[in-house]
Amino acid sequence: MAIDVATVRKVARLARIAEPEDRLEGLARELNGIMAWIEQLAEVDTDGVEPMTSAVEQPLPMREDVVTEGGDPRLVLANAPKMKSNFFVVPKVVE
Amino acid sequence: MSDLTQLTLKAALDGLASKAFSSEEITAAHIKAIEAARALNAYVLETPEKALGMARASDARRAKGQAGALEGAPLGIKDLFCTEGVRSTACSNIIGNFVPTYESSVTTNLWRDGAVMLGKLNMDEFAMGSSNESSAFGPVTNPWRLKGSNRPLTPGGSSGGSAAAVAADLCLGATATDTGGSIRQPAGFTGTVGIKPTYGRCSRWGIVAFASSLDQAGPIAKTVEDAAILLTSMAGHDPKDSTSLSVEVPDFASFVGKSIKGLRIGIPGEYRLDGMPSEIAALWDQGVAWLREAGCEIVDISLPHTKYALPAYYIIAPAEASSNLARYDGMRFGLREEGGNLTQTYENTRASGFGAEVKRRILIGTYVLSAGYYDAYYLKALKVRRRIADDFTAAFEKVDAILTPTAPSAAFPIGERSDDPVAMYLNDVFTVTTNLAGLPGLSLPAGQSADGLPLGLQLIGRPLDEGTLFSLAGVMEKAAGGRRRPERWW
Repeated sequence: MAIDVATVRKVARLARIAEPEDRLEGLARELNGIMAWIEQLAEVDTDGVEPMTSAVEQPLPMREDVVTEGGDPRLVLANAPKMKSNFFVVPKVVE
Repeated sequence: MSDLTQLTLKAALDGLASKAFSSEEITAAHIKAIEAARALNAYVLETPEKALGMARASDARRAKGQAGALEGAPLGIKDLFCTEGVRSTACSNIIGNFVPTYESSVTTNLWRDGAVMLGKLNMDEFAMGSSNESSAFGPVTNPWRLKGSNRPLTPGGSSGGSAAAVAADLCLGATATDTGGSIRQPAGFTGTVGIKPTYGRCSRWGIVAFASSLDQAGPIAKTVEDAAILLTSMAGHDPKDSTSLSVEVPDFASFVGKSIKGLRIGIPGEYRLDGMPSEIAALWDQGVAWLREAGCEIVDISLPHTKYALPAYYIIAPAEASSNLARYDGMRFGLREEGGNLTQTYENTRASGFGAEVKRRILIGTYVLSAGYYDAYYLKALKVRRRIADDFTAAFEKVDAILTPTAPSAAFPIGERSDDPVAMYLNDVFTVTTNLAGLPGLSLPAGQSADGLPLGLQLIGRPLDEGTLFSLAGVMEKAAGGRRRPERWW
């Protein structure tokens, strides 16, 4: 499956990365090179094999659904690019 | 007193305990060495005042008889670890000014045991790379050079700053992380010892995430014993990381020096690649000979899915990365580049904040997770991952540990492989399998190339059996003649 310029444009959009039009062809070439090398996975017989999602055998631990820390907006907002009286300032999302 | 920076961590801890010198003295010596070594670009942030403050506090604790296991030892910290009040950037412009309000669990453990922080170490951006060239702060230069050449070499990556700093005596030891080989390959390239422990040994909490099912922290150190001492402090169960293992942490240093007689060592035929440089093959044979002389039984084994590990990794790691790095949206922290609307602000922020390799991996990850490709790529890779893990499980029924080379070559010149992503990815061909299977892997310096560069061998162990790796590595380190230091040119 070859990756064309339209696919790169779509994927970059999904990934929310602005890629200028003149970079798309180069990127398509790079990604095709990598994906062509990855294609060899098709040789492996994986019929009936359970996908491995974790290297840990233990079940996910449960804990009480309670606040363990928090309540300090100063710390939460310490690295905010924009803030105003204990709130993050974000671009307008509702017209 | 001779140069305190040349001591091993163990010798330094002994010297501190016997009051031959203070933490303030050995910390000051390291600060001076770091200032003189800026040409290496190993540190992206030096924290001399914090270091001296921590050293004085350590000396005060020791005077009161409250010395911890690492009391007074100055260490370097990879910039992937969040350190409270100290800039932590993952060497990316997108969080280039990020100052955490919390401390990673691994570094918390080090400070609990009395260690001193010298500063933050350079690395590939978000730990994505094998040469430290993708760092927003520029590449690290390997303290080792080819005989008779001034050409700058890479220290490997992603923990290039950690490895270079330890090799050049700019810290007594360093933290590092390993997602596909990022502790072991740089250790191999710099003549240092690095161990990626079993997945779950070290908490991932407070470490900037790359690929969460593969990321593990571990030390890079001057000797096998030093690595064991550091790992004992770094490891431990942490309720803040749901994949952290609730198991006892043994005193790993107690395994160094133990007899390895009767242990069965597997030699996987699939790791003998076509076109493997003869000096790498010879090094591997030498390692086998040392272990045989020490009474180990050498067993030929097969890990049939080895060649599929890297391609599987380059689906799984970018897929997880594309998801993890979605958090860098310019809203709550980090860089924000305004656009005409919200989507444009996201797109501009991420376009200007991420470097080329990080973008490439996010795009691959987004592609393999996108509708129509998920089953063909992502699910397939997860099934291949299981096959690779099953290969190891079968092998460990016959052997106690596995010996392989660490990397397919010695350190290479900066710039030599930066144009070909797949050629760069092949650096991790021997290391990536253990990340996929969650197994511990240790790299130790075992010899030198004809050009005088360090070469590493890798030991792979059963889950949670780092102890056996330390015993084996201790014997091999002795047989190899102990630590070699690069000739100082900086």
